[in-house]
Amino acid sequence: MAHFTTLVSRLLPLPVDNVDTDQIIPARFLKTTSKTGLGAALFADWRYLPDGAPRPDFVLNDARYQGAQILLAGANFGCGSSREHAPWALIDYGFRAVISSSFADIFRNNSLKNGLLPIELDTQTLAHLFELCASQPDVEATIDLASQTVWLPDGTQAWFPIDAFSKKCLLEGIDELGYIMRFEAEIAAFEKDMVE
Amino acid sequence: MSRPQTLFEKIWQAHQVVQEPGFPAVLYIDLHLVHEVTSPQAFDGLRKRQLRVRRPDRTVATADHSTPTHDGFPVVMDVMAAQQIRQLEQNCQEFGIRLYGMDSPQRGIVHVIGPELGLTQPGMTIVCGDSHTATHGALGALAFGIGTSEVEHVLATQCLLQHKPKTCEVRIEGRLAPGVSAKDIILALIAQNGVGAGVGYVFEYTGSTIRSLSMEERMTICNMSIEGGARAGMVAPDETTFEYLAGRQFAPRGKAWEKAVERWRRLPSDDGAMYDKRISLDASNLEPMITYGTNPAMGMPISARVPDPDRLTDAGERAALVKALEYMGLQPGQPLLDHPIQTVFIGSCTNSRLSDLRAAAALFKGRKVAPGVRVLVVPGSQGVKRQAEAEGLDRIFREAGAEWRQSGCSMCIAMNGDKLDPGQYAVSTSNRNFEGRQGKGGRTFLASPLTAAAAALTGKITDVRQML
Repeated sequence: MAHFTTLVSRLLPLPVDNVDTDQIIPARFLKTTSKTGLGAALFADWRYLPDGAPRPDFVLNDARYQGAQILLAGANFGCGSSREHAPWALIDYGFRAVISSSFADIFRNNSLKNGLLPIELDTQTLAHLFELCASQPDVEATIDLASQTVWLPDGTQAWFPIDAFSKKCLLEGIDELGYIMRFEAEIAAFEKDMVE
Repeated sequence: MSRPQTLFEKIWQAHQVVQEPGFPAVLYIDLHLVHEVTSPQAFDGLRKRQLRVRRPDRTVATADHSTPTHDGFPVVMDVMAAQQIRQLEQNCQEFGIRLYGMDSPQRGIVHVIGPELGLTQPGMTIVCGDSHTATHGALGALAFGIGTSEVEHVLATQCLLQHKPKTCEVRIEGRLAPGVSAKDIILALIAQNGVGAGVGYVFEYTGSTIRSLSMEERMTICNMSIEGGARAGMVAPDETTFEYLAGRQFAPRGKAWEKAVERWRRLPSDDGAMYDKRISLDASNLEPMITYGTNPAMGMPISARVPDPDRLTDAGERAALVKALEYMGLQPGQPLLDHPIQTVFIGSCTNSRLSDLRAAAALFKGRKVAPGVRVLVVPGSQGVKRQAEAEGLDRIFREAGAEWRQSGCSMCIAMNGDKLDPGQYAVSTSNRNFEGRQGKGGRTFLASPLTAAAAALTGKITDVRQML
């Protein structure tokens, strides 16, 4: 079940705008029928050389950011297709949150349903985070969902928005399908009205 | 008199089952389209919870993304793709879902067969685990893409939890010049407003240009709403819509048809209805459009020159353009006209319908594909394929030297054997020019079927208006 309360982690900076889901996970990896094991294909075309070796200049292969559970990305992250394989791949790799100045709608929905927290900050704060992260790769951020706050060691803190329902689901581990199923009577009544 | 409502608000309101304060609405879904790539994990979820599909009669499946389009069809050579398609067949059998499978004469790209079979109707809510579900909005439906978790929700409950999106009127006025098409309208719109303009919004396309377009042209425009950031794009139903739908397999008949049309006539946005945002486009001075970069907003009139990153003030945009031009192997300030290409792809849920194929074939007739250029013509469905063959379009394409394929997503998504080689340039009628979208290292120029056909015949990017 998707669950999120707090997280303390390093950040991995990917200062690229409009990162589309074809970059997050290329379509040729979508022939799987499973949700797991996609981490190895995360950002495959940016991450590996043609012979399969890691590209030394791509941030996922930068030793300084190993173990980061927060991805720091440019605006409109996750645009493109509806593939839920994108958050599955990010989670399978080890990310628990993505910070950006905006997210594509379907990607945001898909992430929330899998416990990957999309954190939207204003562009100035995001730029500050990128700077901080470049000068101090081991800097750690603290994310607290209950107070909707990101804390940084330099004393900066930033509030982020999240809809009340998604927040409740993540904090309490509420199952969205279970929530809809509670309305069985209403759904049945709605269907009866449709026929008439 | 109640408050004037938009087309979107009318459909939303009519499908709201529950709305708890502060929570997303429980929205009823009239039609759920399913394909092989985004559904297996959802069916697994049902099995784990021991749930059935609530309304198999409102669920329709087909295989399109990972299916090959070559002549060995329907033998799927790729082991994983074959397994995924077999899984879809098993899931549909187990849960009692109608499947237009590999051997079905009605199989095709999910967004082509929905309207073609009359499954897609005005006023409906339609979802599919595919972002180009927006296509169906052309018939006056509220249609949008969902993720696999949501596919599971809809399979189990026929409902979806949704926050109400905002509305944006996209008004398009003016008469299109010869050689300029619906694809050029949507590419121009995205180039002017960016890939993020529609985030959080539903687009409603209005104006005299939209009214004058055929259903298939409207589908091309609604299809790429997602490339503008909007999950859904809609066009209010009118006589064009009703004429298109009449007599289709799943369209209502007789008395039911008359009642349905009466209901559908009440759907268009009321006079004075408010939108949260408005944008507009003058279609009368549009040229054929082409993209030069790696997102659909990096597009320009075909006679223009590739923009210079140094002239951009925003650092993020500058960096993106530098990266895109490097990937594309293009120089700032260079024209794209006469740029050589190796492949032409005519197909995808954006431009694979009969009118697209007719437009391309009209240009191909009596001409030959340029030496060394590979041309794939991939009809959107087996139905489109049969119609095109009945009109002799396949002969025109083959005689010109193009490949006439079985239907499917083909080279738009490059997970079915059809793909570009690294470094190759292609003019494609599809919807995405993302890095590697058409094959790792492949370089995509998005354009209309006419512009693609012109490039096929000359071997380089060409202004089709000079060939008409």
